[in-house]
Amino acid sequence: MHEFSYEAPTTVDQAVKLLASDGDSARVICGGTDLLIQMRNAVRKPRLLVDVKGIPEMREISFDAKAGLKLGAAVPCIEIHESQVMHRYYPGLTEAAHLIGSLQIQSRASIGGNLCNSSPAADTSPALLAVGAIAKIVGPAGTREVPVEKFFTGPGTNVLQKGELVVQILIPPPAPHTADRYIRMIPRNEMDIAIVGAGACVTLDGDKVAAARIGLGAVAPTPILAPKAAEYLIGKKLDEKTAERAGELARESASPIDDMRGTAEYRRHVVGVLTKRALLGAAERARQN
Amino acid sequence: MSKKQLVETTINGEPTEFLCETRQSLLESLRDVLGLTGSKEGCLTGDCGACTVLVDGRPVCSCLMLGVEARGKKITTVEGLAEGTQLHPLQQKFLEDASLQCGICTPGFLMSAKALLDRNPNPTEAEIRYALAGNLCRCTGYDKIVRAVMNAAKVMQGR
Amino acid sequence: MDTPQTHQFKVIGTRPVRHDGLDKVIGRAKYGADYSFPGMLYGKVLRSPYAHARIKSINTEKALRLPGVKAVVTHADFAPQTTAPVYRMGGEAAVNPLYLASNILAKDKVLYAGHGVAAVAATSPHIAEEALALIEVEYEPLPLVLDLLEAMKPGAAIINPDLRRKDKPDEQTNIAGEFQFKRGDIEAGFKAADIIVEREFRTEMVHQGYIEPPNALGIFPGDGHATVYTSTQGPFDVRIMSATLLGLPEGNVKVVPAEIGGGFGAKLTVHIEPVALLLSKHAGGRPVKMVMTRTEMMRGATGPTSGSILRVKMGATKEGRIVAAKAWFAYEAGAFPGSPVWLGCFTGLSPYDIENFLVDGYDVLVNKPKTSSYRAPGATNAAFAVECVVDELANRCGMDPLDFRIRNASREGTQSVMGPKFPRIGYIEVCEAIKNSQHYRTPLAQVPGKYRGRGVATGFWINGGMQSSAIVNVHADGTASLVTGSVDIGGSRASTAMVVAEVLGLRAEDVRPAVADTDSIGYTDGTGGSRVAFATGLAAYQAAHDVVRQLKERAAKVWEISPEDVAWVDGKAISKKNGAPPLTLKELAPRLTRTGGPVTGRANVYATGVGPAFAACLVDVEIDPETAKVQVLRCTVAQDAGKAIHPSYVEGQMQGGTVQGLGWALNEEYVYDEKGTLRNASFLDYRMPTCLDLPMIEPVIVEVANPGHPLGVRGVGEVSIVPPPAAVANAVSMAVGSRITDLPISPPRLFKVLAARRG
Ligand SMILES: Cc1cc2nc3c(=O)[nH]c(=O)nc-3n(C[C@H](O)[C@H](O)[C@H](O)COP(=O)(O)OP(=O)(O)OC[C@H]3O[C@@H](n4cnc5c(N)ncnc54)[C@H](O)[C@@H]3O)c2cc1C
Ligand code: FES
Ligand code: FES
Repeated sequence: MHEFSYEAPTTVDQAVKLLASDGDSARVICGGTDLLIQMRNAVRKPRLLVDVKGIPEMREISFDAKAGLKLGAAVPCIEIHESQVMHRYYPGLTEAAHLIGSLQIQSRASIGGNLCNSSPAADTSPALLAVGAIAKIVGPAGTREVPVEKFFTGPGTNVLQKGELVVQILIPPPAPHTADRYIRMIPRNEMDIAIVGAGACVTLDGDKVAAARIGLGAVAPTPILAPKAAEYLIGKKLDEKTAERAGELARESASPIDDMRGTAEYRRHVVGVLTKRALLGAAERARQN
Repeated sequence: MSKKQLVETTINGEPTEFLCETRQSLLESLRDVLGLTGSKEGCLTGDCGACTVLVDGRPVCSCLMLGVEARGKKITTVEGLAEGTQLHPLQQKFLEDASLQCGICTPGFLMSAKALLDRNPNPTEAEIRYALAGNLCRCTGYDKIVRAVMNAAKVMQGR
Repeated sequence: MDTPQTHQFKVIGTRPVRHDGLDKVIGRAKYGADYSFPGMLYGKVLRSPYAHARIKSINTEKALRLPGVKAVVTHADFAPQTTAPVYRMGGEAAVNPLYLASNILAKDKVLYAGHGVAAVAATSPHIAEEALALIEVEYEPLPLVLDLLEAMKPGAAIINPDLRRKDKPDEQTNIAGEFQFKRGDIEAGFKAADIIVEREFRTEMVHQGYIEPPNALGIFPGDGHATVYTSTQGPFDVRIMSATLLGLPEGNVKVVPAEIGGGFGAKLTVHIEPVALLLSKHAGGRPVKMVMTRTEMMRGATGPTSGSILRVKMGATKEGRIVAAKAWFAYEAGAFPGSPVWLGCFTGLSPYDIENFLVDGYDVLVNKPKTSSYRAPGATNAAFAVECVVDELANRCGMDPLDFRIRNASREGTQSVMGPKFPRIGYIEVCEAIKNSQHYRTPLAQVPGKYRGRGVATGFWINGGMQSSAIVNVHADGTASLVTGSVDIGGSRASTAMVVAEVLGLRAEDVRPAVADTDSIGYTDGTGGSRVAFATGLAAYQAAHDVVRQLKERAAKVWEISPEDVAWVDGKAISKKNGAPPLTLKELAPRLTRTGGPVTGRANVYATGVGPAFAACLVDVEIDPETAKVQVLRCTVAQDAGKAIHPSYVEGQMQGGTVQGLGWALNEEYVYDEKGTLRNASFLDYRMPTCLDLPMIEPVIVEVANPGHPLGVRGVGEVSIVPPPAAVANAVSMAVGSRITDLPISPPRLFKVLAARRG
């Protein structure tokens, strides 16, 4: 690995200053589970690493029935899994975080890192898309809020500018009878990168769908929403048949490729299957809310 | 820039200071700087778990953590598992149940299993398999490892 | 009669804690990468990004100028090599030193992406890495060939210009070797068949997947003597190969075998040991440590095993008798000749007694890393094809797949494919063990919404014998030590020490086993070929008997009788003459000093009498019809161990090999892009099974004594990997109602099969 400096600020301000101080060559390190591998492979060569794990507001998980969730970007996935609040209000996002890597990885890997690494296959991204999450970004020019669907710009790239970092992820409070679910397809049962991931969040009004959002991973250059599939469901009863149809519509949103992890043909097929399953799973949970 | 950093930490219960370059991982710091070669290198990408240590009680791949990040933390390595000459029940059961063949994966499995039993003293087979999924073993087919963890749990519960 | 099956052993067959276990659970055991010496440097290898290119120039000046860099070497720094073979493994394996040197560091062409080009030693691994980036290599890319069938066609890009077609000696070819085994009248055989099944199968390259990266620590000061610490399966192999590449007499190289973190055959050859020594030599004799990265070892030349194309045609009568078999096997050798296709050719059909067969094998060069051994090398590919076809034949005959196999089974006296008649073997017994297992007798329950299937398959492996040395030292306290040259990769210290303990009447823990360096023990072939418990065990057995012979003499002295009048029974010297009470080793040991001095037993063996091994695997799978993902629900493996010295470690070999076979069946494969770069060169994407992917693996040890060994021992290390790919394929085929022909049966591949079936 190349040489670099390392700083561990304790406030967002300090972090922003440090990040802005070294041109394009400063980077946030959180869990390091993506970044250190990229540095070892000389894919990234930052001269300065800014460790954000010691910044209190980036480690917080707080929920307010009106304001919704503030989820610190540096919260490691294992803490998401251990949070009662997360399980209660965002079970789908929680299960997505708990799918990342192994327990060793989850002890380090952060939700913000998963987002900012911006892999098309990142597991929490479809789940964040489904719940309508917003990235709270702080930089030299101040604070801005970017919805996750506007965050990604390509494989491994996003809207963050020089000196900016994601401080928190904000998620609106779930409406009554709302729940989310995330499912992925991997050939093994753990320790694998999604061939396809699907997150769904469903709000029910009686037995009809009042609102729905579907996020997909690993089937396009970035994680994407599947708006057609979601719209189709509005006002309908969510059952095998409608979920199946929504799955077919989700396939139309996907533009998968062949790679070492799977073929485009297979991915397109599985998008439908997982969308259906995620929707049925979310609805099942929503009924109990 | 290449100036070494002083890291004050606690390793296996002992307050420890060491000097490392920022680019040295915790694994390198343990092995090359401190001579604690019990933690093994299998991949350097977080995939095999041979380098697993506990950081403040949580299992972590020490290959994916910088040495400088150990500041102020409590690190437990396989060398710190036994109390003096008294083996940890996991170590004892790994021996009795023939849970190691080549043994390169053993330190990592022991640490992951310890992290599990510390939190969940009475895990099911499925929970054990889940907790150990970040550790690869190519020799044993895992059967005897899973059994040893079950048996250690029994011993620790006085069953 | 007292046979290994009836004899009441005291130690053999028990399950003591292994002697080296404590060090391994407390983190004290030293593996190769754990060694350090003052002044040590770190070495790294620069590897080619091209799969096929001419090296026009290599400029190392900038790298050498980087502070901290102490040496840079290339192929030209090896002693000049020829193609004249160097022999190892008791003369059974020939190494082409020019190929060996050219594979470790490319000569004038790189032949696969990941091929070593130059190496650097520096004061830290990070500096060494930085130096690699400063080495300037000019390449001229050449056309490449990755596909096995393409490589065999006339007009394919040629990898080795010196290879010529067998039939047309002036035509270049990528076919590096052709093998044929035949017997009987194949045409007549098929005419007599009522049922004929013919299929083509395909498998991809797979990696051994040992967790410990290859490593070497070389010390080569100017005095002409070199020392290398390394995690190797074959210290004496490393010695001859390193000496050859460095141009040293063999005896000038000392190899110190470190603990080893798995090898499965791949660590029987050298990967970086000669480079570490070369770098040390060029760095003024400073120790140089090298540890490969995972990507390096997968892309580079540590050797996966071959991908293959396998065509098998077999015919049987309605009554279920196989009357003819024809097989055509092509294996990828990688960039240099030497796939295990010949082993595939003579193991594939060996479980069966077939009158008429014809087997053709081709060793084919492709622009991929040179293959190296992997547990029962060559056998798994061949068995995959044969066992799938046998399954189909059994089905078509309306027979139980195990009954069909038993009806056609090889047994004592059957002439094997290789020619010689089988001694007593346990093929039928392993089939019966599966038939009688709880698992087989429990019908597989179907569940709604899933496809479930059950499959069986069997496998054969020849096992190895060859040379081993052993020394047993008796201590004054009545304990003993055992010194061998066999690296302990999975409990062999324990099993060889148990043999000594049994003979000497000691407890297992009273015999301390040690693995010595190549200066301190006689020649010993590598830990491979399932040979350690068998051959080194035999050496230990004989060395213990050498001790017994001497102890009888000492007892005779004590009793003042002639040694002929002393017997050794159940670990005690017994006087046949006067009524003196028996003397145990514990009682004799303190008297050694006064009866003639220390006692050391020695034995050097060239072990013949190898007992072939058979295994059978039974597996239940469940398939998600929508995602085409296969889950293994239950798995039982039966294997003939001859005699299980330490049953736990025998079971461990069976379970471990089975799981490697399951990985091969389900998800493991090398995935290349069109430029010849391995895309999945990490554990994350190579997808070996984790413990969450598996059930418990139920072992059934079968003991049919090997008549060629005093304790009945057969090797147990390899054969268990052979059946699972076919067993899984048979189970999946049953579940989905279509014949599976390609490995791995990964979700995207199985999805295609399911989609085709749905139409
Ligand atoms: C063995 C293994 C298995 C894995 N399995 C999965 C998996 O199943 N699913 C999955 O989705 N991922 C997986 N990953 C990838 C990785 O663990 C996740 O993406 C993880 O969430 C990254 O978080 P981190 O905190 O480690 O990020 P880091 O590596 O610290 O950072 C990642 C990137 O984001 C930037 N960054 C981090 N935090 C911020 C911030 N707050 N503001 C701005 N930029 C920031 C960094 O500069 C860097 O570029 C796996 C990784 C490994 C090693
Ligand atoms: S070496 Fe750290 S996970 Fe493999
Ligand atoms: S015992 Fe060898 S890898 Fe686990």
